[in-house]
Amino acid sequence: MSTRLQTGGRLIDRNARRGFTFNGRRLEGVAGDTLASALLANDQMLVGRSFKYHRPRGFVAAGAEEPNGLVNLGTGGRFEPNQRATTTELFDGLACASQNHWPSLDFDIGAVNGPLARFLPAGFYYKTFIQPRPFWKHVYEPFIRQSAGLGQVPAERDADRYEHFYAFVDVLVIGGGIAGLQAALAAGRAGARVLLIEQTAHWGGRAPVDGVTIDGHPAEAWIARALKALEGMENVTLRTRCMGAGVYDHGYALGYERVADHSPGDTRPRHRLWKIRAARIITATGAIERPLSFAGNDIPGVMLASAVRDYVANWAVSPGDRTVVVTNNDDAYRTALMLREAGLVVPAIIDARPTASGPLVRAAREAGIRVETGRGIARVKGAKRVTGVALCAQAGEGAVLEEIPCDAVAMSGGWSPVVHLWSHCGGKLTWDAGQAHFRPDPERAPTSHDGAPFVIAAGSANGYLLAGEALADGDAAGKSAVRSLGMAAKGGAVPKAEAEAEGPMTPVWMMPQGAGAELRMKMWLDYQNDVKVSDVQLAAREGYESVEHTKRYTTLGMATDQGKLSNINGLAVLSQSLGADIPQVGTTTFRPPYTPISFGAIAGEARGDTFQPLRRTPMHRWHEENGADWEPVGQWRRPYCYPRDGESREDAVGREVKNTRQNLGLLDASTLGKILVKGPDAGRFLDMLYTNMMSNLKPGKCRYGLMCNENGFLMDDGVVARIDEETFLCHTTSGGAEHIHAHMEDWLQCEWWDWRVYTANLTEQFAQIAVVGPHARDLLEKLGGMDVGAGALPFMAWSEGEIAGVRARVYRISFSGELSYEIAVPASQGLALWEKLVSAGEEFGLMPYGTEALHVMRAEKGFIMIGDETDGTVIPQDLGLHWAISKKKDDYIGKRAQQRAHMVDPERWQLVGLETLGGGVLPEGAYALAPDQNANGQRNTQGRVTSTYYSPTLERGIALGLVRRGPERMGEIIEFATLDGTTMSAKIVDPVFYDKDGEKQNV
Amino acid sequence: MSEPVSALDGAACEGFARVAEQGPRGMITLRGDLASVAVKNAATGVAGVDFPGQRECHVVGERGLAWMSPDELMVMLPHAEVPAAVATMTGALSGEHSLVADVSDARALFRIEGPGAREVLAKLAPVDLSPAAFAPGMIRRTRLAQVPAAFWMAGAETFELVCFRSVAQYVFDLLKGAAAPGGEVGYF
Repeated sequence: MSTRLQTGGRLIDRNARRGFTFNGRRLEGVAGDTLASALLANDQMLVGRSFKYHRPRGFVAAGAEEPNGLVNLGTGGRFEPNQRATTTELFDGLACASQNHWPSLDFDIGAVNGPLARFLPAGFYYKTFIQPRPFWKHVYEPFIRQSAGLGQVPAERDADRYEHFYAFVDVLVIGGGIAGLQAALAAGRAGARVLLIEQTAHWGGRAPVDGVTIDGHPAEAWIARALKALEGMENVTLRTRCMGAGVYDHGYALGYERVADHSPGDTRPRHRLWKIRAARIITATGAIERPLSFAGNDIPGVMLASAVRDYVANWAVSPGDRTVVVTNNDDAYRTALMLREAGLVVPAIIDARPTASGPLVRAAREAGIRVETGRGIARVKGAKRVTGVALCAQAGEGAVLEEIPCDAVAMSGGWSPVVHLWSHCGGKLTWDAGQAHFRPDPERAPTSHDGAPFVIAAGSANGYLLAGEALADGDAAGKSAVRSLGMAAKGGAVPKAEAEAEGPMTPVWMMPQGAGAELRMKMWLDYQNDVKVSDVQLAAREGYESVEHTKRYTTLGMATDQGKLSNINGLAVLSQSLGADIPQVGTTTFRPPYTPISFGAIAGEARGDTFQPLRRTPMHRWHEENGADWEPVGQWRRPYCYPRDGESREDAVGREVKNTRQNLGLLDASTLGKILVKGPDAGRFLDMLYTNMMSNLKPGKCRYGLMCNENGFLMDDGVVARIDEETFLCHTTSGGAEHIHAHMEDWLQCEWWDWRVYTANLTEQFAQIAVVGPHARDLLEKLGGMDVGAGALPFMAWSEGEIAGVRARVYRISFSGELSYEIAVPASQGLALWEKLVSAGEEFGLMPYGTEALHVMRAEKGFIMIGDETDGTVIPQDLGLHWAISKKKDDYIGKRAQQRAHMVDPERWQLVGLETLGGGVLPEGAYALAPDQNANGQRNTQGRVTSTYYSPTLERGIALGLVRRGPERMGEIIEFATLDGTTMSAKIVDPVFYDKDGEKQNV
Repeated sequence: MSEPVSALDGAACEGFARVAEQGPRGMITLRGDLASVAVKNAATGVAGVDFPGQRECHVVGERGLAWMSPDELMVMLPHAEVPAAVATMTGALSGEHSLVADVSDARALFRIEGPGAREVLAKLAPVDLSPAAFAPGMIRRTRLAQVPAAFWMAGAETFELVCFRSVAQYVFDLLKGAAAPGGEVGYF
C-alpha cells in the first residue's frame, strides 16, 4: 500500500495539515502536497477508470505528463472536470471526485468492457456501427455518447475571473530547471530583458531529486543562489506556476499562469494568460520518462521510475513497501537506491539489457539489491493494485521464470526530451539512436521574420540528459541568445554540475521482445485512450503507414495528455510493424497548448458585461428608463419599441406607427454613420463612390445615394448633404459606418492617392434625433431658434442654427414618408435636447418609436433596407433604383460589373410589392413557388420575400420581395411556401403601399 | 446650450490603480500636410504646445497636440473653446487642402492613475508598456480588448486614454476589471 514516510519530503510542511475530500471521503494531506501525493499518502492508488474499457487506473507519473489521474475538481462555480491531480496543488477544503465510472469507482459496470476487450480493437466503432446507416444516428451514437467522456460538464457559471497580460522581452526562458536558470543568468547578465517561467511552483526541476551536485554542493544550494542572483537583476522577471503553452510565429509565445488555482477565492484572478513577444525563446522544458510496454503495465501501482523518486523525495510518499524496478537504462537504478535508502524493499531490479555495469548499477549491487539482467516482466499480477510480477527472458516469448510479490513497479524505458515548444513553430527533430529519442536539430530551428532562428532548446529538452552537460548547454543557450541579439555575453565560469555517470541504454519497445498476442493485448501504450501495442500493430496490418493516420485510427496520443507518454513508444511499435526505421516513420505534429489551458484564460476579460463591446447612444439611459425593448444593430443597442403597461411588442409597434403617422413620433437616429468628406476632389470622389451624381449637389441640399462594391452589388445607402463647395457629409447605415469609412480610405490611400480628399468619421460626434409626423414642424416652431418652415427649409434641404438653445444642424429628410426633420446636435447635448423635445411634444401627442416602427413605415413607403432587400448578391437595378444610377457619368465603382451578362439578364429577380389575398402576413424569407422540381428533386422557386410586416396603417399584411421579372407581372397571383407545408397566395403589386405621390413628406 | 455631458458623467473606481472618466475635453481632428508651415501654425496656435513628431503627444493640462497618423493630428483644448478654435484654424488654413472637425463629443476620456497604471493597460492593449518603451511624450493608437483606443501619459504614473463615446461603459468596465484588487502583476 502507498503511504507517507516518517521522514523526508523536500516540498512538504508536515505541520501544516490540509483537509480535503475524494469521492466524499474526508482525507488529510499537508502543505506542499499535490493532490496526487496526498491521495497516495492516503493509500488511494485507484483514482479513475480508463476511457474505453473502464480499466482501474492509478497514478503513473508525478507531473504534467500524467495520463490517468484526472478528477472532477471543485464544486459549484469552481467545478472543473479533467483536472490533473499531479499538477493540482493541495489546499485546505479541496473537494474532488474520480471520473468515468458508474455507479462507483470501485465497482464500475462499464468494466464489463474488459473481458470483451478482444472484441473492441482499433477501429472497432468504425467497423461495427457503419451498417445499417440510420442506426448510427438513432441507436449507436446516443449509446456510445452516454458511455464516452471523462469528466462532467460544469453546471454553474464560473465564479472566477481571468485576464491577459502583454509582455515584451528580449529573451523568454521556458522552464526553471537548472538549464533554464543558467540560461536566464547568462542572458540576464548580458543586460537582456528576460522572462523566466516555470510551470510548477518550484524551481530547479529534477536536479534536487536526482542527487545532482553543482560546484561541489547539493543542487538546492546552487538553485537558491541562482534565484537570488536573478531576483537581484532588474531586467529579469521570474514566474512560477506559469507554463509555456505555445510558441508561434515571430517570437510570439503564450504563458499560462495559474495564479490562484491553489488559493481559490482569494480575490486574485484564477488564471492569467501571458501574451509574450520575445526576440529569442529558450526552451529548457526538460525530458519525460517513457513507460515500458509489458502486459499489465496499466495496473495501479505501476509507475514511472522517476515518478517514484519524485513521490519519495519531494513528498515523502512511498508507492508501496516492496517495489520492483524494471528498466533498460541506468537512471532507474537511482530509484532503487533511493527506495532502499528510505528503508523500503526493492526485491529486484529487472534490467532488460544483457549486461549492466555503470556506477549506479555497481552501487545497487553493492547495496545488496538483486539485479536481474536480460530479464523482463512477462505480466503484472493484480487488478485494482499490483500484487506481484512474473519474470521472463527479455529475448523470449514470455515463459514465466519466477514470480515476485510486490506492491509497486517502477519502470523506465528511457527519456524523451520535451520538444513540444521547439516544434510548435516548425522546429525540426533529429533521431538520437544512442539515447533512442528525438531531439531538436539546431540546424533546423524555427525562424523569425528576418530568417534568423528564434528558438533555442537547452538542457535535457535539447537531448543533454546528464546534469553536467545540461547545465553547460543552458549557459550556451543563454549566451547564444543574447549574442544573436547583438549583446555581449559576459564571461564567468560555467558552474559544474555532477551526477553519477550512466552506462548506455538499450531501446526496448516491447517486453518480452517475442510476446504473443495474448500479452500484446495487455500492453498499454496510451493509458487515457486505451490504446495497446496490439492496436497499433493491427493498424499497421490494415495498411496504416502514416503515423498521422495511425494516430487517428487508433486514437493514440489523442487524449487530454496528447500522448506525452505514448507517442514515442507507439511510433516505435508502428515502425517495427512496418519494418521501417523510427526516423522514417517520424512523429505526429506537436501543437499548442503544451497541456490543456482553461477557456477562461483564453477568453480573458471577454465575458459577462465585457463579453463584447455594447455601443450606447447619448440617449441610451433615457430609453432604458422608459422601458425600451432592445434590438441589437451591429454592436449598438437600439430600442425596438417602447411597450407601455401590459402591451405586447406587436401592439406597441402598431401604436407607435399610427401615432407617428397621425401625430408625432421621435426616433433616436444617432447610430447612423456620418462621414465627413472634404477637399478639392471631394465631388469627383463621391461621384465614383455613389452610383448617382453627387458633384452637382448644391450646398444646403441633400441627396439619397447608393454605394456599390466593385462587383456591382449594393453595399450601403444613405443621404449625402453638401456642407460647402469642398465638403460633404455622407450618412451611412447604422452597421455600415466603420466599413464604409474604411472603404473610402482604401480607395483614397491605395488607388486614388493623388486625389485631394480627406475623410473623418464623425458618427459619434453627433446625437441625431428624427422628429417625425404631421406635428413635427409645430413642435420645432414651439421650441424655436431657427426657421424650419417649408420656404426656409424645404424637403431634401438642411440648415444650421439653434433648436431650443442647442447648436444644431437640421436635415429635412424622411424615411417614413411623413413630414420629418433629423436634428444633429453635439453628443454631449443629445440627451438634453431629447428631453426637451419629449416634454414640449406632449401637447402634440408625441411618442418615441423604435426600429420596428421605422421598418414598418419604410416598408409601407416601399423604401429598401440594406440587409433586408440586399444580401450581397443584389444590384440596384434589381430594386428598381434606376433613377438613382447616373447615366451621365463615365464611371462609378460597380458600373462595369453591372454591365455583365448575368447582371442585365431580364430573368433576374426584381423588387415588387406583395399583397396577400387574405390580408395575412407572409413568413419572413418565404420562397415563391414555381412549377416542377430541379435536378436535385427540390421544388423550383421564382422569388422570395425580403421584408414582411403587418401594416397598422393599412390594417393588412404587406411585403416586399424579389420575383423573377417581377415588375412585368403586376397583378399576377403567386404562391409562397410556409413552414407548415401549406402555401399562401399573394398578388404582385407596386412596392409603394402608402402615399405614392409623397404628399405627406413634402408639406 | 445646456452644460455638456460626458459619456459616463465622471464615473470613477478605485482598484490598484484609480480609473476615472473625465469631463468633456475639447478635441479637434486636423488632417493635412504635417510638414506644412500653415498646418503647424494652425495647430500650435490654438494648442499652445510644441508640434509633435511621429507617435508623440505633447500635453500641458487640457491643452495638447497628438500625432495620430502621417497626415492627422489631434488638437486638445478646453471644451468651451472648440467652436472658436475650429473657426480660427479653418480660417488660417483656407488656402490649404486640410480638414478641421470638432470631435470632442465623439470620444470619452479616461485617466488611469497610480503605480499600477501601466499594468492595467498592459492587460488590455498589445503594447510594450515598460518604462523604457513607453514614457510621457508618447502616444499609442491601439486597441483595448475589442475596441480602438489611444493613450498617452500625463505624468510619471498617469495615463490619459480616449475611446469612442458609445463604448465608454465597455471601456470603463474593462479598466475597472483590469485594476481590480488582487490583479496586481508585479511586472513593471
